[in-house]
Amino acid sequence: MKPLAGGAAVVGLVAAPWIAGDYVISLLAKVLVLGLLAMSVNLLTGVAGLPTLGQAAYFGMGAYAAALAARGFGAVGVVQVLLAGAIGAAVAALTGLVVVRARGVAFLMLTLAISELAFSAAQQWRPVTGGSDGRAAPPVVPVWGLPELRLDGLVYLWVLAVFLVLFGLVAAVVRAPFGLVLRGVRDNEARLRAAGYPVGRYLLGAYTLAGALAGMAGALWVSTQRYVSPSDLGFTVSALALIAVVLGGLGSMWGAVAGTALVVFTRDLVGGQLSGRGLLLLGAVFVLAVYLLPRGLAGAVRALRWRRA
Amino acid sequence: MTPLLELDGVSRRFGELRAVDEVTLTVADGARHALIGPNGAGKSTLFNLVGGALRPGTGTIRFAAHDITALPEWRRARLGIARTFQHSSLLLGCTVLDNVLVGVQRDVGARLWPLGRSRRRALAVRCREALAAVGLAGRETHAAGALSHGERRQLELAMALATAPRLLLVDEPAAGMSPAETARLTTLLADLPREVTVLLIEHDLDVVFGFADTVSVLHLGRVLATGTPDEVRAHRQVREAYLG
Repeated sequence: MKPLAGGAAVVGLVAAPWIAGDYVISLLAKVLVLGLLAMSVNLLTGVAGLPTLGQAAYFGMGAYAAALAARGFGAVGVVQVLLAGAIGAAVAALTGLVVVRARGVAFLMLTLAISELAFSAAQQWRPVTGGSDGRAAPPVVPVWGLPELRLDGLVYLWVLAVFLVLFGLVAAVVRAPFGLVLRGVRDNEARLRAAGYPVGRYLLGAYTLAGALAGMAGALWVSTQRYVSPSDLGFTVSALALIAVVLGGLGSMWGAVAGTALVVFTRDLVGGQLSGRGLLLLGAVFVLAVYLLPRGLAGAVRALRWRRA
Repeated sequence: MTPLLELDGVSRRFGELRAVDEVTLTVADGARHALIGPNGAGKSTLFNLVGGALRPGTGTIRFAAHDITALPEWRRARLGIARTFQHSSLLLGCTVLDNVLVGVQRDVGARLWPLGRSRRRALAVRCREALAAVGLAGRETHAAGALSHGERRQLELAMALATAPRLLLVDEPAAGMSPAETARLTTLLADLPREVTVLLIEHDLDVVFGFADTVSVLHLGRVLATGTPDEVRAHRQVREAYLG
């Protein structure tokens, strides 16, 4: 994204609580949180070429970790985010040892299996997760000394602050040598090996980073919803994140967030006025988008810029 | 002459097929060594065994006096073995520059933070030199997928050259190239500094005999003959098996 467009987007996001109503703001917070999840999917699917349906598992683990930490030691936001990120990274590194040996559809199926296992575990490990009742969490305290955030606008600003930091970090990783190696693996794995790269280690690194990112998004999810339940790490969440990435344009990080906005606003805002036919509408939008914008929102913007140049 | 690459009794079977059968071969440091033989003779398999994409069933491979038989492909690349592929093997979704850059930046490949401007520029200079050497100057920002067949072959070579290899494995570089492109390629290979040892697979015998100081003939997975171009041309079995 061009600096000017990026700057305008940031200003708009910061100003949003003074412009939009509570409901839209809470949706916008959802967009940012799920946008981070979509970015973690995009890092694997769009950048490294590994299609995943499992990121909701690390997202959910981060959310449970944040909720349980909040009940145990208080809901300090920074601690929640870091803890959830560490847990997401640790679990992803372990599961990744198996998963990154697979490619293509096999990879997709393994990640799907992981998210289904995590879903079952969340439902059945009642003493910890509360089973299908889920776990409630107190309002978030961003850092020690601040009051609890109860207003939607304030929670949104906390989420936005973390989002901007993480977005910047991910954008740096994608532009760094590491990101180029991942794109290389996506395009031609054999060539990267011949060029001197231990491809498996790089993919495991990417999987771990994506797990950390999804985990941190999970912690923010608890800050916005003050509640976590097994459905938060179910198939639907992973699938929506993957759809958002495709809508936004594979490989583009701002595209992933824009795609998430399209998904959330279509399903919850517009769909809400169609008496619960949000998912139907989302399906229609998806079909249309795949026909009209085969390279997603990011691809459409790129094409526009080309035409003007 | 000191040997750079030594294969000792190297074999590789695919099921019942002995693709490479007890091959013993020495490539001298600085040599221009060509590998010829009919289709299915095992030339590309031999490249895969040297590069590390395949492991030999038996035998040992030494590179610069180190036993590399058990080393993975990426470690061999970092020791200085670079290769081009018979069918262009590029990063078609990346720019021409990134295709070369990915090999050049492998010492910092695991960096999660972008490089500083001066280091980026230094790496880009190396890439541009390699691209200019193969005749792709000015195409840096083009998508690799938009290149023509001949240009892809050139980029393939630039990717290998940019890593400053000690041993360059070139697999049929002239395949599908026009005579003019082939001529430029031959000059480019001939002009490489002698610190780069070249092992070349090529069907175009004019290219081979114009370029190589040593020629090995492979037939049905075995080395039929090794010698100077003149010796090989005069070899009776070679004439029967290959030259006709």
